[in-house]
Amino acid sequence: MPMQTPDTLPYPSQDFAQSLQKKRSRNLQETVIAVVLLCCALVSILTTFGIVAVIFEVTAEFFQEVSFQEFFLDTRWTPLFADQHFGIWPLINGTVLIAGIAMLVAVPLGLASAVYLSEYAPPKLGSVLRPALELLAGVPTVVFGYFALLFVTPLLRLFLPLEIFNALSAGLVMGVMIIPTIGSISLDALQAVPRSLREAGYGLGATKMEVVTKIIFPSAISGVLASIILGISRAVGETMIVVIAAGQQPRLTLNPLESIATMTAFIAQVAGGDSPRDSIGYKTLYAVGAVLFLMTLVLNIVSNWIARRFREVYD
Amino acid sequence: MAISLPEDSPQSFAAPNFAPRTQERQSLGKVFEIVCLVCLLIGLLVLALLLFDVIKDGFVRMLQPGFFTGNPSRLANRAGLRPALLGSIWLGALILLISVPIGVGAALYLEEYAPKNRWTNLIEINISNLAGVPSIVYGLLGLGIFNGLFRLGPVLLSGALTLSLLALPLIIVASREAIRAVPPSLRQASYGLGATRWQTVSNHVLPYAVPGILTGVIISVSRAIGETAPLIVIGAVGFTAANPDLLSRFMALPILIYDWVSRPQIDFKYASAAGIIVLMLLILALNGTAIYVRNRFSVFK
Repeated sequence: MPMQTPDTLPYPSQDFAQSLQKKRSRNLQETVIAVVLLCCALVSILTTFGIVAVIFEVTAEFFQEVSFQEFFLDTRWTPLFADQHFGIWPLINGTVLIAGIAMLVAVPLGLASAVYLSEYAPPKLGSVLRPALELLAGVPTVVFGYFALLFVTPLLRLFLPLEIFNALSAGLVMGVMIIPTIGSISLDALQAVPRSLREAGYGLGATKMEVVTKIIFPSAISGVLASIILGISRAVGETMIVVIAAGQQPRLTLNPLESIATMTAFIAQVAGGDSPRDSIGYKTLYAVGAVLFLMTLVLNIVSNWIARRFREVYD
Repeated sequence: MAISLPEDSPQSFAAPNFAPRTQERQSLGKVFEIVCLVCLLIGLLVLALLLFDVIKDGFVRMLQPGFFTGNPSRLANRAGLRPALLGSIWLGALILLISVPIGVGAALYLEEYAPKNRWTNLIEINISNLAGVPSIVYGLLGLGIFNGLFRLGPVLLSGALTLSLLALPLIIVASREAIRAVPPSLRQASYGLGATRWQTVSNHVLPYAVPGILTGVIISVSRAIGETAPLIVIGAVGFTAANPDLLSRFMALPILIYDWVSRPQIDFKYASAAGIIVLMLLILALNGTAIYVRNRFSVFK
């Protein structure tokens, strides 16, 4: 067989030059795509930047008109009345009161649900009950508001001297709303506890309840705590239930039978009223928003930190 | 050595003062189990009560002629929800269009492209914190940026952009989980055949992850269209009879429901219950579509 002459060899040929060019354009394409995807990821950074910039810019304007002292020391909140006072405490009071009631409901119910689903429920029943419970998380909050005002309040008024708008109904319903938040995360934490720990407990003669309360629960405590703090953050940031069912009365009170206002309720109330850009009403929105944002941010960071820092790793 | 046994304990193996109390502990355990079950059922019972209450109050009203086609009205009996329903459908479609490409793109970047360094870590922490920001704060963002800085005013586009930002972290988190579930062997096989990164991602990773991504996307979008608070803040309140378009003032179902709930007349209570049924049906329909599309596309399973 005759040797091929060099100019008919496949290498280096016209084809190869073309494929090299193709490869170069493909490299370009790869780079462009990587940059586009990076930009998508950066949108989230931009969002955070936007939130911080907008909120704190207007808040700074707010504090040019109202002193820090008044904001944090005054005990009256009447920014829209003729006799203006800008003490944030009544709003924080309302927020804490409602969140407290909600947690009184959500923590025991959420944790007990998680324990039942993780330790007691037969697998088939569990695979039905868990999604059913998580449906609660899919219900729009305005629907919970409707339920609190038009079902729970009339029901409670049969036994208790409630105002029409009151902290109690709103808090109770909000607690139910938060059950899946606490339940799901705790459930994951409980299920992550390895089988060997349980079996060691049973081997020592412990009953199931003793294994659950003295071994599994303490082992999962970081996840459980993280879920509770996340639940508090949800409660602090929840708006519609409070706006609809708890009323708009900024008060310094711990009486759950009265109408109160939370930070979120105030924002919703004032923003709905179309305050002009330069009015003090508009600026108070952002000042209250800043406090709300910082509170939930701290809670979320603490929740993440606990989940990471105190996680027991079993291998 | 003689072990002194308690008088009442005949068992020779029992240590001093050891009382197993087996019966007692077992029954206590049974009680504990029942208490836990009851707690779980309370949550489900409330959900059932809520659904029952809403359907009881709203079902007849929903079937009343003109409810779907009519305009909101100050007369409770004549009020319909057409502009609000259209507004919510618009919002859902726009959120899908805006946040899905960005969200999936970000998830692909973080899972397939991002180097493991401090910046990537920063983006990740940032996303998980954004997911925890209260929805009403997104409203403040929309009010300041889209309404104010971009001078859009309280229009549909502004609402859609605001809700898209709200849905974005949820979509990213869900998509990342779906992408992470794609077996690494698939990628290695593709790289082994000389495919580039994007060829691997677009031909193998994405198709495999689509069902999971879709599920996450739909859950996030249905949460976004059920949101009320951010829309109140950007100013989507008040009556508009006209059908919405991109740059007009608009209504949405949750806003209309809120408006109706806040009115004292009993007839508005029925109207709001009917509105709630429509909103929940809309969300249910979205989820149904997701399940259908997921089954249709999941060729790999």
